Amino acid sequence: MAFDFAAHEMSPHMAEWDEKEIFPVETMRKAAQLGFGGIYVQPEVGGSGLSRLDTSVIFEALSTGCVSTTAYISIHNMCNWMIDTFGNTEQREKFCPELCTMDKFASYCLTEPGSGSDAASLLTTAKLEGDHYILNGSKAFISGGGDTDVYIVMCRTGGKGPKGISCVVVEKDTPGLSFGKKEKKVGWNSQPTRAVILEDCHVPVTNRLGQEGQGFNIAMRGLNGGRINIASCSLGAAHACVQLARDHLLVRKQFGEALSNNQFLQFKLAEMATKLVASRLLLREAAVALQESRSDAVSLCSMAKLFVTDECFNICNQALQMHGGYGYLKDYAVQQFVRDIRVHQILEGTNEVMRMIIARSLLSESG
Amino acid sequence: MSPASVFVCLSLTLLSDYPVIRVKPDNSGVVTDGVKHSMNPFCEIAVEEAVKLKEKKFIKEVVAVSCGPTQVTETIRTALAMGCDRGIHVEVSGKDYEAMGPLQIAKIFAALAKKEEASLVILGKQAIDDDCNQTGQMTAALLDWPQGTFASEVTIDGEKVKVVREIDGGLETIKISMPAVLTADLRLNTPRYATLPNIMKAKKKKIANMKPADLGVDMVSRVEVLRVDEPPTRLAGVKVETVDDLVAKLKANGTI
Repeated sequence: MAFDFAAHEMSPHMAEWDEKEIFPVETMRKAAQLGFGGIYVQPEVGGSGLSRLDTSVIFEALSTGCVSTTAYISIHNMCNWMIDTFGNTEQREKFCPELCTMDKFASYCLTEPGSGSDAASLLTTAKLEGDHYILNGSKAFISGGGDTDVYIVMCRTGGKGPKGISCVVVEKDTPGLSFGKKEKKVGWNSQPTRAVILEDCHVPVTNRLGQEGQGFNIAMRGLNGGRINIASCSLGAAHACVQLARDHLLVRKQFGEALSNNQFLQFKLAEMATKLVASRLLLREAAVALQESRSDAVSLCSMAKLFVTDECFNICNQALQMHGGYGYLKDYAVQQFVRDIRVHQILEGTNEVMRMIIARSLLSESG
Repeated sequence: MSPASVFVCLSLTLLSDYPVIRVKPDNSGVVTDGVKHSMNPFCEIAVEEAVKLKEKKFIKEVVAVSCGPTQVTETIRTALAMGCDRGIHVEVSGKDYEAMGPLQIAKIFAALAKKEEASLVILGKQAIDDDCNQTGQMTAALLDWPQGTFASEVTIDGEKVKVVREIDGGLETIKISMPAVLTADLRLNTPRYATLPNIMKAKKKKIANMKPADLGVDMVSRVEVLRVDEPPTRLAGVKVETVDDLVAKLKANGTI
């Protein structure tokens, strides 16, 4: 069903959304009607209650239609899940239903100009005054920033390091919440990216998710799933690109015959397909591990994110190469897939940070 | 009295955009092993219409029915996910399935419609693999019910159904009494996507299982397929220089 939706509702518009930088609200709400707004959020607040594996399969299918939009839908899902999992009853009932239908959209704010990979060093402060926190600071590279309604902000309520971080929900139009300019990006153009600026922004204490000091833990738990989702998007793009490359090789002729008769290209296509399947299997295993809360889940999610985003980028890049000069033209979809998934090797934790996590797990006493 | 139940009869066909279909080496048929199958597109339209009628409260229950091997239950599940209430799988497999044609299927559907006291039987106008366009008509004849085929618009009006039919000359509107058989044409509606929650709910809906013998239907085919051949490969064309040459050539090969 997701494949059909991607093919009919997303694929035809993928290029236009990229070129005109349109945030496709209508199409995303259609997706939400099918249950894609809160895929792994619990049904009692409007979610679809599915597993991480189901989610990965869905995002992979949707990405064949448009990576950038699917990636945003996955971020929205992660925010929705955070409220569903760590919020109290009032918070869940207030925010989740509208996020599930996508009547409201969400953004996730962790990264700052001064803290990317070193997320625990974030500087945005939240001073408690009566029944409000006063937030001061700025967040960078926020997907959906400026166009979304609900912002999940990680901020410092306590001392230095991860234990001083809490998670609050900031609603659009709160005084003190403003945005930077819309960034001009190489890809992911169907979602606006802006800095989120907090200047004496008053947020009620009732908007805090979980306990004070629990913020970093919430962020990391959210990222495990986020990594599976982003890797799933890379997988969908690679899947689409392998099909595009194959179709092109069958049609394009040089030296008197179709490119598909060329052994080097045959071998290259075979390698691409093999790495695609290998990536898919690793990713699904990681999704299952996360669903079952296995002890190796964090490590597996990092491995999956690292391997899948790298390999799939190479696959899409190779597919572009196989198109020759045509691959470089915006008339052909393959270049958009390449541009869109390039960033997957950077966000949700750079692939370098993934290596840090995996190494730490291997070298620790219990690992 | 509002109609009680509508039967939607589904067919499982070879996937419509499958690039290459091969004829079996012994010319007895087409290779179906390993070829992706899915619900016949016209049957999807039929399901959508039935579910729409239920949503408009013209009917109480929609039952999705299909004949074939175990694979067919997946098709029934898809119909359930689109909004049908329950399913019936009439199991036909092996040699019986290969020999199964519109007449056998029509006999099964007719028997079921009578047994379950259906008020409406809706089918796709034809299956895209064999393009027979007979099952609906045969079902109606066996039941001695009126038929509204090639429907592009269906409206229920009390005990009658108004059907706008697509015919060669344009559009024909007829009014038939229920119980009746309808077959869906392309422009009747646009089938909905099954939503995730409905796909989950569909897993719990009931699909009853039965055999043609339970309905007293004999599956013996009166039709024997003698041979299946691929269409002849396209011959190269011949270029001519002048109109006179063209006329001469057409005369020579007997075309004019």
